[in-house]
Amino acid sequence: MRFKDVFSIIGPSMTGPSSSHTAGAARLGRIARQWLGCTPDRARLTLYGSFADTYQGHGTDLALIGGLLDYVTDDPRIPDAEQYAEEAGMEVEFYTSGLPAPHPNTVKIELWHGERACSLIGASIGGGSVSVHSMNDFRVQISGEFPTLVLRHADKAGVLASVTSTISSSGVNIGYMQVDRKARDGEALTAMEMDGVPNPDMLKRLRELDHVLDIRVIDLKRGVDSDAV
Amino acid sequence: MRFKHLHELNTICTAESKTIAQLMIEEQVQETNTPEADVVKQMSEYYQVMKEAVRKGLTEDTTSRSGLTGGDGKKMAEYIRKGETCSGDASALAMAYALCVSEVNASMGRIVATPTAGSCGIIPGVFISSQERFGWTDEHLVNGLFCAGAIGYVIANNSFISGAEGGCQAEVGSAIGMAAGAMVELRGGTPEQVVHAVGLALKNTLGLICDPVAGLVEIPCIVRNGLGAVTALAAADMALAGVRSAIPSDEVIDVMLEVGSAMPSRHRETAQGGLAQTPTGRKMMQKLAKPKAKRAEPEPESPAENDVEPKA
Repeated sequence: MRFKDVFSIIGPSMTGPSSSHTAGAARLGRIARQWLGCTPDRARLTLYGSFADTYQGHGTDLALIGGLLDYVTDDPRIPDAEQYAEEAGMEVEFYTSGLPAPHPNTVKIELWHGERACSLIGASIGGGSVSVHSMNDFRVQISGEFPTLVLRHADKAGVLASVTSTISSSGVNIGYMQVDRKARDGEALTAMEMDGVPNPDMLKRLRELDHVLDIRVIDLKRGVDSDAV
Repeated sequence: MRFKHLHELNTICTAESKTIAQLMIEEQVQETNTPEADVVKQMSEYYQVMKEAVRKGLTEDTTSRSGLTGGDGKKMAEYIRKGETCSGDASALAMAYALCVSEVNASMGRIVATPTAGSCGIIPGVFISSQERFGWTDEHLVNGLFCAGAIGYVIANNSFISGAEGGCQAEVGSAIGMAAGAMVELRGGTPEQVVHAVGLALKNTLGLICDPVAGLVEIPCIVRNGLGAVTALAAADMALAGVRSAIPSDEVIDVMLEVGSAMPSRHRETAQGGLAQTPTGRKMMQKLAKPKAKRAEPEPESPAENDVEPKA
């Protein structure tokens, strides 16, 4: 079934005018911000397909900026997001691209905060739902519907076993998991959609595991910056 | 969910003496493992957002960012106050409220996607005007939203609800079918009558193309929401009077899939055909053309790796 429940039909509560161009864009911005872990001081957004063609009329740009400021889909500040970004000291640049994209409504988001940087590519797939296809050029497939853990780690035998056993000992079930690596023995990235909320103790124990470089929590229901966890 | 088709909704509800709303709430609780009180609370909050959008549309400036639309909901409400309407006050008020909500959407105000933002005016238009007329409680209308949601769930999973996929019949048409069926249940009709209302309404929105001028959710979307609210009321009346959809409603939904899939892409939200490409539509688009963001040529280089702080 493509639509799983009543609230995927009635809802979300959102700022107009388009569930694909506005609500989905705000969610993608928010996922990118949580991937960075804090408010970016610089953002570069590249729009593809229908996003590139009609983003100005739909306020897609404002919704993306709103998401980067951690606004939910119906935040009344979205129409004035440019001004709030300026107040937050966030510099935003938009580009459009005619290159083929995985979906007609695709955006590449690149963020910087001081020395820190991250990127993701995601699409707004309809009715406000989104799909993230890559993070820092690693392949992923996350929806933002569930609390999601993203781990950067070394590509070493046993890392995933210790990660999953740490998670299972916290009593949280993993619903979906994807691993990708840049090269054998190089850096790898694992994204996990969870049935429950990752608790601070679990995150602390995960961070302490050998070969784990970094952990980020993506949680659109709570909107926690990883720095605070 | 225990149902995928409208006939199953009817069979289960009739056998268990339930309304479609009751069944939808039970199924939502089961599917998402969420307490009933939370499910109902979420829907109640959505209903308040819908009411607020009607109020905003009636009292505030709803000029869209493009400047192409706004203020028609207010005009309709004023016209109703002044005298005799052609379509009857009930229809006209549903239309006025639907216009209001769609205008709030176009002006980047807060709405609830029902099922999409482009079709967000129809259910609030029908529901809120009917609540005023019949003196219903909010709780009754919230049940109506669950009934509408069950109908939309069936349409979405057997056909489609977005203009990009199936044309405006999928978007505005789905909302009309959902509103018509819910209205029947709100007036005390049987689940079987609800199902017929959906079929009656959908049959009359088949082939509706999605042709937004300049790609914006404004022309003709807002007016289609207004008129869609009236179609929903009319279909509900037919079903309550005992009129049946001679072609079973589930088969009508299958036809919607067939017709929508056969539509050329220029008639599916691309703004490459229909009203969007009339001489006036093209002029509006040219007038709105703004300097675009820089083309990304060459592709911006990827940022440095995520060199965040070392693990704790």
